[in-house]
Amino acid sequence: MAIKESKKFAKAKSLNEVDTHYCSGCGHGIVHHLITQVIDELNMAENTIAIAPVGCAVIAYDYWAFDSSEAAHGRTLAVATGIKRCQPDKLVFSYQGDGDLASIGLAETIHAANRGENISCIFINNACYGMTGGQMAPTTLVGQKTATTPKGRDPGAGQGWPLQISEMLAKLNGVKYVVRSSVATPAKVKETYNYIKKAFTVQLNREGFSLVEILSSCPTVWRLDPVQSNEWINTEMVKQFPLGVIKE
Amino acid sequence: MVSENILMTGNEAMAQAAITAGCHFYAGYPITPQNELIAYMAKHMPDQERVFIQAESELAAINMVFGAAASGKRAMTSSSSPGISLKQEGISYLAAAELPAVIINVMRGGPGLGNIATSQSDYFQATRGGGHGDYFTPCFAPWSVQEAYELVKLIFDLSDYYRTPSLILADAIIGQMMEPLNLKTKYPISRKLPQKTWALTGARKRKPKVIRSLILKEGALCEHNEHLRKKWEEIKAKEQRFATYKSKAIEYLVIAYGSQARLIQEAVDILRKDGIKIGLFRPISLWPYPVKGLKKTSKDVKKIFVVEQSLGQMVDDVRLALPKNEVHFLGKAGGGIPDVGQIIKFIKKKIKT
Repeated sequence: MAIKESKKFAKAKSLNEVDTHYCSGCGHGIVHHLITQVIDELNMAENTIAIAPVGCAVIAYDYWAFDSSEAAHGRTLAVATGIKRCQPDKLVFSYQGDGDLASIGLAETIHAANRGENISCIFINNACYGMTGGQMAPTTLVGQKTATTPKGRDPGAGQGWPLQISEMLAKLNGVKYVVRSSVATPAKVKETYNYIKKAFTVQLNREGFSLVEILSSCPTVWRLDPVQSNEWINTEMVKQFPLGVIKE
Repeated sequence: MVSENILMTGNEAMAQAAITAGCHFYAGYPITPQNELIAYMAKHMPDQERVFIQAESELAAINMVFGAAASGKRAMTSSSSPGISLKQEGISYLAAAELPAVIINVMRGGPGLGNIATSQSDYFQATRGGGHGDYFTPCFAPWSVQEAYELVKLIFDLSDYYRTPSLILADAIIGQMMEPLNLKTKYPISRKLPQKTWALTGARKRKPKVIRSLILKEGALCEHNEHLRKKWEEIKAKEQRFATYKSKAIEYLVIAYGSQARLIQEAVDILRKDGIKIGLFRPISLWPYPVKGLKKTSKDVKKIFVVEQSLGQMVDDVRLALPKNEVHFLGKAGGGIPDVGQIIKFIKKKIKT
């Protein structure tokens, strides 16, 4: 079993051998590994088209060895819809952060989900805008300090509450699979692998929209070291964003 | 299937033209006065196993078109003025990523929500890129239902050939009016089209491809802009289109496009009965502006009149093309149309002074 597991988590063939631009301790690299390993296991690299967001993962396509498209900020699932409707046999997934998916692209997200687009969405929730220097995201926790909430997010000051996208989308008929996970512990990393595989399988079975929300650390913006960052996910973020399968 | 000669609105004719041209993907959002177009696509695209999506917004529609174009399929969206403003972000990305797509604007009165009457007030937006960054979009303006049908077919070819988003700039009159339409006109019209080797179709037996407009490497975006500049220059040199009416041996020239040119045609006939040697120059390509044809047609004229359903937008291109000529402008915006009587009165007055 141990040998099998270690083989599973070796570098994927569909992950390019290049250094990424991600910060130390950032969760994006782990999720890139997981996605590419799943695609290898499903033997889908030649039939995958990914759509990268605007945000920290904007050049994710430099790291993936399959066809990829850019999308304007938030329009990721609209571009994905255009691709998937023209090529229904391809595995099409969007890779989006919380700003892209839950703020500027919220309309595209809800409507792609509500149409039941047969697309998988990998949603990285790190409770902040990383690329632009750590501003408040829709998912920023109450009290969390960011560049635009210097006193901590305060719903009483008109800054709103953390948006629970997965719970919202799970209510839609077109949505067939929703799960929230994290990459903050080795066990959760393994679980996340299985969730991504399940989401892609839902798509390959033409069942409808699937979403994997992944709580992912941003040590740079959070001003924590990588270990502390994972602890913050495990103790604080999960209170607002409970882990587990939400709909299947 | 529709029969050969039929009565159709311009909106329906443009929709049918897209289907005839092999448009595989259409996404749109309701807005007056182009609703017949989206309804026609909703009715006829699925029958032919093509994709119709009523998008949640203009933003979504143009970005769905981006995805379809990235897949190598012919794709189109349509809207009217306020909706076209919303699409500008996507049009800029299409131009940057060199993805072919067709965007139809059935113009209405502006600015803002304006009204639903006819207008030609989006000329600046259509001919100066419209969105952010240095780019242009080929832009054709039909003056009849038949020409709307022909130009939509033609612009699909042109978009594929140059790998660029392109616009049809119609106005509410063209979109709404019904005219006899011959659907059996010759097609394809234009040119041998390149293979879409850049399309995202899955990296089978080839290296993975990326469609992108983010170009961060030092100097690389300058190079990309230079590459685009050469494309715009080539289009400017090769794709100028125009028509003339009674433009031989003239002393005066009127310039107008779209539905306004139809009124000018009538005004020209009336003025000529009064002995005034006047003709019509009608730009069909608004970008590239038909400068060569305009210079030739206006060579010996004394005065030039530009008439638009706007406060004066195309007139700038006339003045740029003909800096030494005497140019007079007549226009109305917000749904106003300079009518034949007003045009005749205006021209006669300006000839005397």
